Amino acid sequence: MFEMLSYGFMQRALAAGLMIGIIAPIIGVFIVLRRLSLIADTLSHVALAGVAAGLLFRTYPVAGALIASLVGAVGIERLRGSGRLFGEAALAVFLSGGFAVAVVLISLARGFNTDLFSYLFGAITVVSPVDLWVIFALGLIVLAAVGILHKELFAITFDEEAARVQGVPVETLNMLLTTLVALTVVLAMRIVGILLTSALLVIPTITALRVARNFRHTVWIAVLCSLVAVVAGMTVSFYLDIAAGGAIVLMALLLFGVASVIPRSRLARQEHATR
Amino acid sequence: MSRTGVVPMTTTADRISTIVDLDHVCFSYAGERVVEEVSLQIRRGAFLGIIGPNGSGKTTLLRIILGLLRTECGHVRLFGTDLTSFRDWRRVGYVPQRAAFESRFPASAFEVVMSGRCGVVGLGHRFDVYDRALALDALDIVGMAGERDRLIGNLSAGQQQRVFIARALASGPELLVLDEPTVGVDLEAQEQFYSLLRRLNRDRKTTLVLVSHDVAVIAKEVTQLACLNRTLIFHGSPEDAIASGAIEQMYRPSSLLVSHRH
Repeated sequence: MFEMLSYGFMQRALAAGLMIGIIAPIIGVFIVLRRLSLIADTLSHVALAGVAAGLLFRTYPVAGALIASLVGAVGIERLRGSGRLFGEAALAVFLSGGFAVAVVLISLARGFNTDLFSYLFGAITVVSPVDLWVIFALGLIVLAAVGILHKELFAITFDEEAARVQGVPVETLNMLLTTLVALTVVLAMRIVGILLTSALLVIPTITALRVARNFRHTVWIAVLCSLVAVVAGMTVSFYLDIAAGGAIVLMALLLFGVASVIPRSRLARQEHATR
Repeated sequence: MSRTGVVPMTTTADRISTIVDLDHVCFSYAGERVVEEVSLQIRRGAFLGIIGPNGSGKTTLLRIILGLLRTECGHVRLFGTDLTSFRDWRRVGYVPQRAAFESRFPASAFEVVMSGRCGVVGLGHRFDVYDRALALDALDIVGMAGERDRLIGNLSAGQQQRVFIARALASGPELLVLDEPTVGVDLEAQEQFYSLLRRLNRDRKTTLVLVSHDVAVIAKEVTQLACLNRTLIFHGSPEDAIASGAIEQMYRPSSLLVSHRH
């Protein structure tokens, strides 16, 4: 553990990982409970198109990913809000569309395969100081937004219609939440990779749902699971020299597995006992 | 039979005590009229039951009052303000159909009730001690204070319904709007539920509007009935509704003035 922290790149990777480990499950709780788990996957594929464009035009790929995923977020909300497409079809349109654009851009410019791979699968060894600043800035934006609007986000997640009757601006908040997912995807992609970011939003949340006794618990437990997965995954990745993104997600799945075998009845009894 | 299609001239005093004022309201789904020229005034302190067969437009009418649907014609006024410019939603509490929520949602009864204070507290402001106290009060009124830390999904249907009433009460509303509140609730819990509504109406002077298809129970509980079948067939006391034959008329096929397309 201490040996790994003597390397500058590992310090940066761990700092970035901890920020991601906090942000991803907080946003994840809201999207899982709103049955929008696929939205993170969709926006990460749209972000890939931005990464490809960034690499093609030799600009900062993270900026490309950020622009693409924000445009994607607005597009998804518009298409969902219009009600013209059936349920998750809007997400499928953007997921495949984003990926198609990315593939075309990749085929246009040959020779950036290694760079692209680091975005697809994550690469802790390449987190630059600039990446770290971007991750922290985006992370603080997401944290501030949720900190300020958490009661409204809870209200629209639990019962959108009742929130609307109270005068809560539901459409604006839906758009905001999708935008926050877009930011989260971009900040997570450096570490876990585009193809695995949605796992970091979804898996800690469903683990927390197995054991939590209220909403506040759910958020804290999800964050805790995610941080444990990030630190354990990175440590394993460093010493065994395996891909960090995969290791982190496997650790998160391991925690989910443990939570899943705790019998439901015992939890029910716990609730009864604490009353 | 008293037809409310013709509204008598109202004085200023009447208008102040009129909480909900529907004036020739209509609404269509996919080109088919489901609410036709409904004019209805709900006075402060009323306990109004809106009844009608399936597809009679009663839930649609409720959603129009709540601002969830926009009328095609006519006007809606809440507390004397036109709905299009009405912002004072804390005065309105809404209890939706129980089926509307996800039973595995990880929220305690208390958290659900607290969410009822969102509109009052406003964007960007945090809940404080006062909000918590009011949420606890609301739970107390419905007799659920002891269950406040339990997961909403672990409560019985009747208890869940009372938590949703507490959420609606948390903003201190003058008008409580309930959509088919007893669906899936057992008989004993239903009795508790109606006695709670009677108390709210009597002691706290809360105006109640309740939509239901359960005519027999509703007619017994409410002080006013509105019989709806696309148009408003009757509005008055339950006794008059029965005596005038409005209830039978509402369910008679000949009164179903639906489209002649088939």
